[in-house]
Amino acid sequence: MRTLYTTMLLAALATTVHAQEKTSLLAVRGQRVHTVAGPVIEDGVVLIENGKIKAVGRAGEVPIPEGTETLRAKVVTPGFVDAHSVVGLAGHLNQDHDQDQLDRSKAMQPGLRAIDAYNARERLVGWLRSLGVTTLHTGHAPGALISGQTMIVKTTGDTIEEAVRVPFAMLAATVGESAQAADGKSPGTRGKVITALRQKLVEARSYADDRKDAAKAKTLPRKLDLEVLGRVLAKEIPLLVTAHTATDITTALRLQTEFGFRLVLDGASEAHLLLDALKKAKVPIIAHPTMARTFGERKNASFELGAQLKKAGIPFAFQSGYESYVPKTRCVIFEAAIAAAHGLGPEAALQAATLDAAKLLGIGQTVGSLTPGKDADLALFDGDPFEYATHCVGVVIDGKVVSRVTR
Amino acid sequence: MTHSSRIPLLLLAVLATTAPGQERAQAYVGAHVIPIEGDEIPDGVLIVQTGRIVAVGPRSKVEIPSGAKVHDVKGKVIMPGLVCTHSHVGGPSGGDRSGPIQPDVRVLDSIDATDVGFQKARSGGLTLLNVMPGSGLLCSGQTVYLKLRRAKVIDDLVIRLKDKSLAGGLKMANGTNSQGDPPRPGTRGKSAALVRETFVRAQEYRSKLEAGRRDPDKMPERDLGLEFLVEVLEGKRVVHHHTHRHDDIMTVIRLKKEFGFRVVLHHVSDAWKVADHIAASKTPCSIIMIDSPGGKIEAKDIEWRNGAALEQAGVLTGFHTDDPITDSRLFRRSGGFAVRAGMSRKSALSGLTLAGAKMLDLDDRAGSLKRGKDADFIVLSGDPLSVYTHVEQTWVEGKKVFDRSIPQDRLHAVGGLGASDGQAWSACACCGGEEAR
Repeated sequence: MRTLYTTMLLAALATTVHAQEKTSLLAVRGQRVHTVAGPVIEDGVVLIENGKIKAVGRAGEVPIPEGTETLRAKVVTPGFVDAHSVVGLAGHLNQDHDQDQLDRSKAMQPGLRAIDAYNARERLVGWLRSLGVTTLHTGHAPGALISGQTMIVKTTGDTIEEAVRVPFAMLAATVGESAQAADGKSPGTRGKVITALRQKLVEARSYADDRKDAAKAKTLPRKLDLEVLGRVLAKEIPLLVTAHTATDITTALRLQTEFGFRLVLDGASEAHLLLDALKKAKVPIIAHPTMARTFGERKNASFELGAQLKKAGIPFAFQSGYESYVPKTRCVIFEAAIAAAHGLGPEAALQAATLDAAKLLGIGQTVGSLTPGKDADLALFDGDPFEYATHCVGVVIDGKVVSRVTR
Repeated sequence: MTHSSRIPLLLLAVLATTAPGQERAQAYVGAHVIPIEGDEIPDGVLIVQTGRIVAVGPRSKVEIPSGAKVHDVKGKVIMPGLVCTHSHVGGPSGGDRSGPIQPDVRVLDSIDATDVGFQKARSGGLTLLNVMPGSGLLCSGQTVYLKLRRAKVIDDLVIRLKDKSLAGGLKMANGTNSQGDPPRPGTRGKSAALVRETFVRAQEYRSKLEAGRRDPDKMPERDLGLEFLVEVLEGKRVVHHHTHRHDDIMTVIRLKKEFGFRVVLHHVSDAWKVADHIAASKTPCSIIMIDSPGGKIEAKDIEWRNGAALEQAGVLTGFHTDDPITDSRLFRRSGGFAVRAGMSRKSALSGLTLAGAKMLDLDDRAGSLKRGKDADFIVLSGDPLSVYTHVEQTWVEGKKVFDRSIPQDRLHAVGGLGASDGQAWSACACCGGEEAR
């Protein structure tokens, strides 16, 4: 008996120790909880265990274990997902030493990894985090034919290793004027830009074929750039093509037809002129920042692009984009807000800036909505997240409260 | 309206309700009226005649003149046209690289009145702009205040002062934008020295002018730059001064004290650090709202709470677009973000209107809905500080200059194919960064 008692006690102690080590609880209670995956819950609770969402429901229906820290806010949403940024590679000071988003020494540099250039402590990362952005698709910028790789990070962590979720998400390419080399260098025209890209893809295909050939593979030198392009041709990694004009968007579609890679269109200022073709091609779009300046290739950009894409049934997401001057980063929530006010509506804008963005980036299983089993990434607001005067009052990433400021 | 003596009956009929030379009164009835001066009016009436405001007040207290054309604006919001104290719309250019201080150069002579940027500004509810040259020089020239009437030539947008001269100020800058290779100064100390040197010359020129008035033989040769600087010294012209860092802000205030000119501080990124000093010097501030800090070292500490900090210190505070740095169509956003960071609604709305008009010395005719002022107003679909609200109509001096229900106007408001055709982007303000902000 005594032995049994001792055994039970030990077992109980072991469970307690185990629980103390493993179980970390947090609850978030909101007057309105936008799950995005389902209907809005009035007076809802999100219960978080060990960094994941354990339960979501009406207060009372989701019991909060005693002693659990409970955050409260008027409005609770999934953490926002910025579908395309350069933050972390680009810093707020805008000096050479904090601008690592673009190297123009060569037209095509698929080997440039985003993970080797990300400053997790960059002030702009913290800025976006405090506004409710929890996931960033960031990396090399538009502005070279192939500028390099992108990745997906959470806006937390002191190092890239802590922040990164997908180390190589897409390969960033640009067609159109900004892909052309300056000072009379090649490629210097639209036609030459595309020729250079096609030539490189042909080369990559040949290299990939050689690698599959056991005899040839033995002596084949490693070529990092071609290895990367091979993964694009194998449809492992999407090609993220920044194209604004109808001409350049059409070109991107033509290249996709020729090489069969997975295409994600970026920018796409004139996508509203090509809705039928884009729908037919089943190409997702990361729309230009709604407030991007409307000059040059973006002169026909519209505040209503989001509404038009939604109406046409084309998958899309919003982005903060890249500015060479100010604002050094935009905020995807503000960009979605302008679209919300221009025909898209707040519900659809919220979905586009959370779940739709996550799906487009291939991380829809883990982030983007308040669904049991997903990462506990939440943004807390004191009102409609899209209103100018609303504050973000708290942010949770992977179940940890990472911001308590009111901004 | 013109009348003909050949139809005397009609003339008599018109005279019954309208004094000679006056247009028919326009009555905007039922809107939530935000007059800026005075409390908001939930069920208000605005009466306009011959380009001026005749009356504004609650429906119960304002009599609608018989014969007035009544516009039912129930459910809408009416407020004064917005005032942007710092814009680069219309492709303005000022001084060139021949020297660091060029007060003789008029931005007036470079502006295209048909530039589509003006129509975009009207679609954002802007009715009064201070169009400025850039900040690449210590002094890049004379600015011009424009009423956004519908016009083809710049001369129809300008504002004439009582002495028939053009309304406008002087653009100056300090900090890194205006430093560089010769002939620009290389340091902050040199920048201030060049400015002091110039104002000393202006003081001497003023003395010569005074002597010349007493004795025509002593009248100096005309010097267009010094002439304008004398107007600055005499307080007729306001200096619109680009400045970011706290120490640069204090330098402007120091020079203001030394030479006694009137100045409005623009951008003022570090305003929150020295708000009490700015208040003590009684210097108004026109601030900018940027979505994130930085973009250059000087602006690394810019805060949305600049509006609140300046308001609390008692500083007259307005906003500007610095278009193309921020989009004129979204100017109301600046007020919204200031409120987000603690500024009062009243001050934020005034900052978009009356405060700006005061900074341009035009508050006798613009900036609020008040009897006798120009009928510059906007009709909004809802609260001016809400993202969901749109400007439906913009009126300048009693004439409609923007109507969102007209397809071409709507195109300029929201964008799309052709929306930016005919729009100049000044001096690479957004890519190079040297000429603006």
